[in-house]
Amino acid sequence: MNDVSEVIALAGNPNAGKTTLFNRLTGTNQHVANYPGVTVEKKSGDYQIDDTKYELVDLPGTYSLTAYSIEEVVARDFIAKEKPHAIVNVVDASNLERNLSFTVQLLEMGVPVCIALNMIDDAHRRGIKIDHKLLSEKLGVCVTPIIAKKGQGVDELIGCARESLDKVRKPLEISYGNDIEEAIYKMSSIIEEKKFLTDLYASRWIAIKYLEQDELIIEAGDNANQNISTALKKVVDEVTAHIEGTLNTYPEAIIADQRYGYIRALLKQGVMTRDMDETRVFLTERIDAVLLNRFFGPIIMIAIITALYYATFTFSETPVGWLESAVGWLSAAAESVIPEGLLQSLLVSGVIDGVGGVLGFTPIIMFMFLGIAVLEDSGYLARMSFMLDRLFRLFGLHGNSVMPFIVSGGIAGGCAVPGVMAARTIKSPRERLVTILTAPFMNCGAKLPVFALLVAAFFEENEATVMVIITIVSWVGALFAAKLLRLTVLKGDESPFVMELPPYRLPTIRGVLLHTWEKVWQYIKKAGTVILAISILIWAMMTFPGLDENRTQAFESQRQVIAAAYDASITTELENADEDTELSKAATELQKKMYEIDGLEAETALRHSIAGRIGTAMESVTSVTGFDWRTNIALVSGFAAKEVIVSTLGTAYSLGEVDPEDTSSLSEKLANSPSWSKATAWALIIFTIFYAPCFVTVVCIAREAGSWKWGAFSVVFNTTIAFILSAVVYQLTIL
Amino acid sequence: MKLRQMKKNQSGKIVKVTAEKEVGRRIRDMGLVPGATVTIGNRAPLRDPVAIKISGCVISLRNSEADFIEVEVENE
Repeated sequence: MNDVSEVIALAGNPNAGKTTLFNRLTGTNQHVANYPGVTVEKKSGDYQIDDTKYELVDLPGTYSLTAYSIEEVVARDFIAKEKPHAIVNVVDASNLERNLSFTVQLLEMGVPVCIALNMIDDAHRRGIKIDHKLLSEKLGVCVTPIIAKKGQGVDELIGCARESLDKVRKPLEISYGNDIEEAIYKMSSIIEEKKFLTDLYASRWIAIKYLEQDELIIEAGDNANQNISTALKKVVDEVTAHIEGTLNTYPEAIIADQRYGYIRALLKQGVMTRDMDETRVFLTERIDAVLLNRFFGPIIMIAIITALYYATFTFSETPVGWLESAVGWLSAAAESVIPEGLLQSLLVSGVIDGVGGVLGFTPIIMFMFLGIAVLEDSGYLARMSFMLDRLFRLFGLHGNSVMPFIVSGGIAGGCAVPGVMAARTIKSPRERLVTILTAPFMNCGAKLPVFALLVAAFFEENEATVMVIITIVSWVGALFAAKLLRLTVLKGDESPFVMELPPYRLPTIRGVLLHTWEKVWQYIKKAGTVILAISILIWAMMTFPGLDENRTQAFESQRQVIAAAYDASITTELENADEDTELSKAATELQKKMYEIDGLEAETALRHSIAGRIGTAMESVTSVTGFDWRTNIALVSGFAAKEVIVSTLGTAYSLGEVDPEDTSSLSEKLANSPSWSKATAWALIIFTIFYAPCFVTVVCIAREAGSWKWGAFSVVFNTTIAFILSAVVYQLTIL
Repeated sequence: MKLRQMKKNQSGKIVKVTAEKEVGRRIRDMGLVPGATVTIGNRAPLRDPVAIKISGCVISLRNSEADFIEVEVENE
């Protein structure tokens, strides 16, 4: 058996069933990575037959091999540079004309190709008959009809692929008409004579790419040899001027038209016959008549989005609960085994809470991706995007931006981590990035305890109204921030919306589960380690430097003074008591006094820590928004997770750690505090909506955007917006 | 006439695609080339984009993109 397995790549149009075939062949034996430097996923897996092992690579689905999208560049570079030993071109049999346009581009590259004519049963049902033997003869490559979903024809296909391994093929030559051909001839002779890029591409193919104004090839050419590249460009300019003058068009259009002409002629020679009843309405059209209806369409869409949202968060509640109790149990165990001190604090507050934080999100991510996988595989996601495009385009976003926004908390209570990851369904790079950066403005479940605290303290009578205002503010803010970004940092034309609305298909359970598992595992593996590290860092910021000996001693002696005032029997009673013991009146009183000292010590220690010093130092700046050092520390610690704002605020007001679920003592304290007013509460609400996402989200932003630069950007940009808005709100309300 | 001006369920043959660069490439990639027959399907709730049928598949196109496509309508 060979150690180095030969590589077979799967290539073809989106929705042609490439991934179904890939899953069928590799099963669970697949791994997902990213192509270097881009966020496009590289899926590969092992396939074994007769003692020979092959490495299968599922290339991203594309309609052509130009250089307009990352997916196309990735697919083309893989084919040209990695030189797979064979390429299986998966073709949708119902849509031969368009799919073959991709095939022809592969054949023009002269790479070893065989064709899988997928979903042949669907084509038959549509009255399309394909003579695959004739097609094979005309194109000079092996053509196998298959039904990837059922595994039919897959063995023959593999046989074909193995035969085509490393077969040297002469690149297909399509005649592009006199003008173009003359230019190609001139350019090819230059290219061949100078051996210009010929190690990677066929000479005719390079010439065609120059005529198509392919930026990447031209750039590669410029880098390889500026003089030859300039000579080629000169030929292109001449023929372009000539064609524009005589035919009022340009080479790229002629090349595309001729390719289709070639395919149409081929199909007409008996390859494809259609005895289609023109009046027959297909199932997809019938479903679309309802789902895309101008009146019912939006209503159904809102219902589906809402249902998906509630399903995600309801179903994940139970597993999240399990994880939480597991983490709680682990913390308790660590506390009982390891003596109190720094090590215990590091393990419990740093490591266990950090790991718990990573795992806590996994059920939500899992259910969200399960839902999205069903929407995507069934074909509905494209329709949602279709209906919402006009609205979201106004703000420089994409129709598919709706899912990330809703999941992040567009309906209050979501989570930005799966929200940011949901932006993967957006293929246009700028729209996708803007969505990733603005989705965290939505009100995730962790911001809600903060709002609840402030509402209870200051707006108790108008609770519902305030929550509605909060939701509206976050949506309006997110949309306008998106527009702002699209007018400045992410300036650029809107990406074309020429998109296929794929036929409705029943998603396969296997496909949906594989898809979901991949995403969850990727999150745990990639994000997990970084999140753990940052969690420990935040713990350190809130712990170091600790109080010095003298200060600790001072608190200790205060405790002794208080204890001395009580009878020895009462102190012993308190020491021996556990949580459930009913205490005597005196012991309860003593316990309360002790808690006060504990609280005071925690407050002093917090103010003394790095986070506390940052908060105190910021006071001069944040006086504009009405925040004192306590609020500042709470906001700094909120970077760990937004609900931590509440518990830290509790510590800062020497109430000890306040449970985010029960904040009555804290809200009372705030309501009576002289440094708080309705204006401060509004300012803090606004700041909490908009400021830096929690670090788990920041890690995800960096991962999804492909660079830490964007993670850092989101921290700075969001906090700046939050600061400006809350300052405006504070200054206006105190007037 | 321009593709944008066609009515629902109306069919026509593409005569010319005037788009260049990326939009042009995307339009052609979908098989929207001279000679192809298209039928207008549903419009989105805000009347943009529009779904068009071409040889058995449905393509979504913004009105601004439909302006690049000239069609010949059989029975006006």
